[in-house]
Amino acid sequence: MSSKRSRRIFFNGLALAVFAVMVFPVYWMVSTAFKPGSEIFANTPVWFPYHPTLSNFGDAIHRPHFWADVKNSLVIVCAVVLMSLVLAFLAALALAKFRFYGRRAFIVLIIAVQMIPLNALIIPIYLVLSKANRVNTLSGVIVTYLTFVLPFTIWTLRGFMLGVPRDLEEASQVDGTTRFGAFLRILLPLIGPGLVATSIFAFIQAWNEYIMAAVLLHDPSKQTLTVWLASFTGDRGTAWGPLMAGATLTALPVVIFFVAVQRKIAFGLTAGAVRG
Amino acid sequence: MSSRSPAAAAAVPEARVISRRPRRPFVSRLQSGAAPYLLILPACVVIGAVLGYPLYFMGHLSLEHYGLFQLIRHKGEWIGVKNYSQIFHDGFFWHVVFRSLAFTAAAVSLTMVFGTLIALLLVQLGAKMRILLTAGLIFVWATPVVVAVAVWSWMIDFEFGVLNWLLTYLHVGNFNHHDWFASTLSGWAVITSLVVWGAIPFVTLMVFAGLTQVPKELVEAATTDGASPWRIFRDVTVPLLKPIFVILISLSIIWDFQVFNQIWLLLDGQPPPQYFTMSIYAFTTSFQQSQYGLGSAIALVMVVILLIVSFVYIREMVKIGDAE
Repeated sequence: MSSKRSRRIFFNGLALAVFAVMVFPVYWMVSTAFKPGSEIFANTPVWFPYHPTLSNFGDAIHRPHFWADVKNSLVIVCAVVLMSLVLAFLAALALAKFRFYGRRAFIVLIIAVQMIPLNALIIPIYLVLSKANRVNTLSGVIVTYLTFVLPFTIWTLRGFMLGVPRDLEEASQVDGTTRFGAFLRILLPLIGPGLVATSIFAFIQAWNEYIMAAVLLHDPSKQTLTVWLASFTGDRGTAWGPLMAGATLTALPVVIFFVAVQRKIAFGLTAGAVRG
Repeated sequence: MSSRSPAAAAAVPEARVISRRPRRPFVSRLQSGAAPYLLILPACVVIGAVLGYPLYFMGHLSLEHYGLFQLIRHKGEWIGVKNYSQIFHDGFFWHVVFRSLAFTAAAVSLTMVFGTLIALLLVQLGAKMRILLTAGLIFVWATPVVVAVAVWSWMIDFEFGVLNWLLTYLHVGNFNHHDWFASTLSGWAVITSLVVWGAIPFVTLMVFAGLTQVPKELVEAATTDGASPWRIFRDVTVPLLKPIFVILISLSIIWDFQVFNQIWLLLDGQPPPQYFTMSIYAFTTSFQQSQYGLGSAIALVMVVILLIVSFVYIREMVKIGDAE
């Protein structure tokens, strides 16, 4: 009995240690963001913001181009999500519900496409866009992002569509609706949550991207939030407080959305393993 | 590019733990006609235009001299395979290839070992501790790379960084004003830790999800037969989780081999040559030395190496796609 208890204590202690090591950088970012300069630049680290202040956040958002870059990020992300969702919905429908010649080739294509390193493609994409006078425009970045978001949106949506019980489709067909009509009427509401989860993942992908945006957008007022944050880091003698505040702000939408859909993905995973 | 982005979850949504009887043919599947082709057409057009064409163009570029002058004229100068013979005869190029491979091997093994260990720990925990640790992992997973780099460079700051203070405090040595990038080895240690730290949550949660699928009866039977926990892990768990491990390892190799942002940003966009990986090398050759043809050749070699690795992964995923 006591060995069982000591085992438990051991594992709990270990778990706490792992938790502390993994989460510490995130904690350190947020706590630094709320510290006044005297607590940030202390010879012995101050572990908790005892005199919390919002001045770092004020400094961060008053830095040049913050709001312009927030807007750019939002414009790019929304355009990418909308377009990829429409295109992916159609393609996923084909994959999930049809057997057709070339289906396998298409699956190979969308999986292989995700394996091509985007940072290798920067060179030709930059040259093609500069030829077309599309460098330094948001539309160039949007189209570029579409390609790396699209394959995985197709794959994920397909997974969600497969999760729809086929009995439901069959039942509605028995009721006499046309196949396609029944299909859309039954399927659409059922994969609603899947559409939401997929679009959030597309959102996160596009929001986090850095190097494409850095290369394709020169003008500081036309850049995205990640590029804004990275230019912050570039300064020597970094202002750590405002930088951590900016980092927190950049991460915030992603973390919120991510935590919201994470359960769904975890569920999708187990469902996939159990489904016969 | 999607290195470690949360979206990666999508890549493995239905990795199966236990292979099951083959599916009955799906009777109610809609009759094919032109419909499926019309449905995939728009996606194919976009992928072809924004991915296919640049790929073709990159192949073309790699056979050209394309410098600043050619950039202004928008037209390269055909030189055949000269770019390739130049890099293949360059010792530095092979150094970079070797360094990329070595980094990938180190980062992937560390990620897999720690990821699996933490997953095994998760199984042992009670509900409350498990939720706590999972939540922590999810926060790390959700942290964007650019943000993570900012935090890590603050933690290793030579003056007020918490890491130098901690190591000095623990009497590991005198780390006051220690510059982690002064020595190449410690610089790479920082880069590797950052990459592995960001990669662990994904691996852990996937392996954990797999572990929960392992039938309890199997483990119990093995325990009754007197098998040690290690033997159970080796002879029961690992074989059952093999598909998941194959996918996770190949994905990790693909991601770590092309790692770019972490190195680039930790070194303020000016990494010295001893920190070049293939993607950094291709990038600086193109955008800092304006040798777009040569850069394309390097990038293409990288794509080819990656495609070889990807083959395993793609085969595994196609099996899943076919099974439906």
